[in-house]
Amino acid sequence: MRVIVDRALCDDHGQCEIAAPNVFRIGVDGKLEYDERPDPSERDAIEEAADACPLQAILVQE
Amino acid sequence: MSRVVVVGAGMAGLRAAEQLRASGWSDEILVLGQEPHAPYNRPPLSKEALSGMGAEDPQTWADKLAFRQRPSVADVEWRLGTEVVGADLGARRVTCADGTEVGYDGLVIASGIRSRRLSIDGPAGGRFTLRTLADAVALQPALRPGARVVVVGGGFIGCEVAATATAMGCRVTVVEPLSGCLQRGLGDLVGGLVQSYLSGYGIRMLTGRTVRDLHPVPGRPDRVGSVVLDDDTVLPADVVVEAVGSTPNVEWLADNGLDLTDGVLCDERLRAVGRSDVVAVGDVARFVNPRFDEVARRVEHWCIPTDTARFAAGSLVRALHDLPDDRPRFAPMSSFWSDQLELRIQSFGAPGLADEVTVVDGSPDPCALTDGLIAHYRRGGRLVGVVLVNVPANRHREQRELVSASCPG
Repeated sequence: MRVIVDRALCDDHGQCEIAAPNVFRIGVDGKLEYDERPDPSERDAIEEAADACPLQAILVQE
Repeated sequence: MSRVVVVGAGMAGLRAAEQLRASGWSDEILVLGQEPHAPYNRPPLSKEALSGMGAEDPQTWADKLAFRQRPSVADVEWRLGTEVVGADLGARRVTCADGTEVGYDGLVIASGIRSRRLSIDGPAGGRFTLRTLADAVALQPALRPGARVVVVGGGFIGCEVAATATAMGCRVTVVEPLSGCLQRGLGDLVGGLVQSYLSGYGIRMLTGRTVRDLHPVPGRPDRVGSVVLDDDTVLPADVVVEAVGSTPNVEWLADNGLDLTDGVLCDERLRAVGRSDVVAVGDVARFVNPRFDEVARRVEHWCIPTDTARFAAGSLVRALHDLPDDRPRFAPMSSFWSDQLELRIQSFGAPGLADEVTVVDGSPDPCALTDGLIAHYRRGGRLVGVVLVNVPANRHREQRELVSASCPG
């Protein structure tokens, strides 16, 4: 599984971190950091994060 | 093969289809949608899509705003441009406007809401609402630089349209019947700060006023030319935007014994009360959120279609498969945001329920609003919501957790 965030769309709402805190983190500068190759056990949380992103900037690839 | 029919092809209809699959429903799913477009994201319609739409045709925008769909719904059948006009829940079938009847084993009500209109006759030309892509396509060309725009209603949609139209060079007046804008969503204090901030950009705010009449342009009886308020103020207007709330689309469910008072009353599993084979999701669903109290409400926030669909799909699939449902009660932590000029307003919980508001960070000064503000909303002393204005996202989780801890659900 691979996670891709479209940085051109991302507007730092932070909803992804709330849904999947082990994968997405908002840094002290308010900008997103994330794990591109997360553990498969995070799948449900990542899909929830992709749903919750107001900009729909998160893509989950198999 | 069994079939689940989803009535409504907005965000709630799409999320319902996806969550039916995620809940183990492998039989047929049919989605019936009134609009001609595949499910798309509505928040940009009052913001960047409205200001940026001019150069491109509506289909380009429909493609841009369309939700990415999970691979699991590739075999779902979509009938778009299909209005559902009736239902016989006893016989398990719905009726489309063209007379087609569609049977189901399980039904998802995702028919959403529509814009309410001013109940004032008068010219139809120059009057707009904003909920659908078609609404935005119609409104955009009217927002020319210098156009005189009267926005009726100072809620979130009204203030966002006012902000966007101002940025587009229009001369904007907002008419709000309550004593301040955004009161229902943000309360007097923060609503008042945002209202003052918008005033600073030249938006004229007329609060405590209602519209009495709409007069035509002299010699053009079909075209609105001015708005007359209850205090006899006459506002010349090239464009009138009616942002006066919404009405749930429930007429098609009449005569089935459902409680359709302000949406579809749901039980704690999001089933339409009295029916185990019917669930409701999104803006049309009226449900209790035990985090806050035991009052059933509709919630028109962007997160609700996703939250309700996730839970309701699980309820429906369990019922259709005769499986027990021992999940905890549905208790979403709602959130919303609003972008207005340089302001990003973010909320968690239910600030609209509060009886007391305290600014805990930042200064309650409209000129300092862009520097950041955090307000806590309490009801009977208990924290029920937070509102953050221009607060970096690295503080959102901590603020959300505060509400979550005081309203555990």
